[in-house]
Amino acid sequence: MSCEKAESLLHGYLDGELDAVRAVEFERHARGCPDCTRELDAQQSLRARLRDADLYAPAPPSLRRNIRERLEPRPDEGAASAPRPGRWRWLAAAAVVTLLATVPWLAFRETRQGTSEGTLAAAALDAHLRSLQLGHLTDVVSTDAHTVKPWFEGKLSYAPPVVDLAAEGFPLIGGRLDVLEGRTIAALVYARRKHVVSVFVWPAENAPETAPRSSVRQGYAWIHWSHAGMRYWVVSDVAPAELEQLARLLRR
Amino acid sequence: MEPVEAQEGPSLLSDAERQRFEQLVVPHLDSAHNLARWLLRSESDAQDVAQEALLRALRFFPGFHGGDPRAWLLKIVRNASYTWLESHRRAELSEEFDEERHGEPAASPEAQAIARAERERLRDALEQLPTRFREVLVLRELEGCSYKEIADITAVPLGTVMSSLARARRRLQRILIGPAREETPHEL
Ligand SMILES: [Zn+2]
Repeated sequence: MSCEKAESLLHGYLDGELDAVRAVEFERHARGCPDCTRELDAQQSLRARLRDADLYAPAPPSLRRNIRERLEPRPDEGAASAPRPGRWRWLAAAAVVTLLATVPWLAFRETRQGTSEGTLAAAALDAHLRSLQLGHLTDVVSTDAHTVKPWFEGKLSYAPPVVDLAAEGFPLIGGRLDVLEGRTIAALVYARRKHVVSVFVWPAENAPETAPRSSVRQGYAWIHWSHAGMRYWVVSDVAPAELEQLARLLRR
Repeated sequence: MEPVEAQEGPSLLSDAERQRFEQLVVPHLDSAHNLARWLLRSESDAQDVAQEALLRALRFFPGFHGGDPRAWLLKIVRNASYTWLESHRRAELSEEFDEERHGEPAASPEAQAIARAERERLRDALEQLPTRFREVLVLRELEGCSYKEIADITAVPLGTVMSSLARARRRLQRILIGPAREETPHEL
């Protein structure tokens, strides 16, 4: 392969968009070519800089609120033009209580696993929102998995797997104890850009392994699965595809 | 029968459709805002255009039959952004494909490198790129879109996505290296 040809394939290689044959051809050329190796390194470091620079511009709360207000069913009569309390994610605890009281969780019953999925989805979202509202994201604040994991020792009857995924764009923030369905479990907290992701982990207790299943509601996404003896529920307000990416990383 | 409101858009949707919109499209609001912000290079304009795009999406939603909702929404955001640029800052669009035009060097790259945070350097560099280059980079590096999604959103053939990205990245590198050393990038 010529350098021109390699150069034309380099970006597809970098982006994981080459088919296997061309990727192997590119690698073979790059191994023996200092110029192409240097260019690949340069492009990889440019990409790392872009990714680490926190350039993503998520929607500000005011935009969410405006969209939300346009989506709310109109009140039947009267206060049509009065400002409605936004039931959006950043608002006060009172608003969250309103949200949880009014979300029709019945919708989840359509899912294959019946009511338990809907109940858990509600409980997990509830726990996630509670931690945001009370400013109680973490009991142990650390980006180091080796600090977070031992912290759970003695507080739980099991050892939750703890991994840092900073290199993959999900830095670990810390962990906390939370309660789901009456039992105390581990909640790991990851960041995704400016967003918080709660990962609830508890023993699967002989339940079969299940593939990730995801859903969204009211601007929140969640995904859950069972893997290696543990059940995972992940809740956040990031896009569902990003939770799917996180699920893949946690299942590695 | 529910009374039909005079206002266009959202009110024309049934509750079920509105709910579907909430489930499929609203979760991509961050993506919508992010793309608008980088196309327009302005926070406040991005918010206006993203909101306009969301409402347009809501209006068009009955015509959305499956497919990738993020790509669908981003196409609408992109159209709204270009329309906005067209009427507010037309000059930016006409400079687009002038390959020879280098990014304007910001004052004193040395002082800049010392004084400015990395984030600001990258933001400035990205903002110096022509809109079409900035667009593919934002979709790829910030939004994580595949080539196929980029082709879909930006309405270009799949085969040209890779070369656009290559050019955009080389341009960005050149801007980051700075004008002083721009002449001899191969020696670095
Ligand atoms: Zn080579």
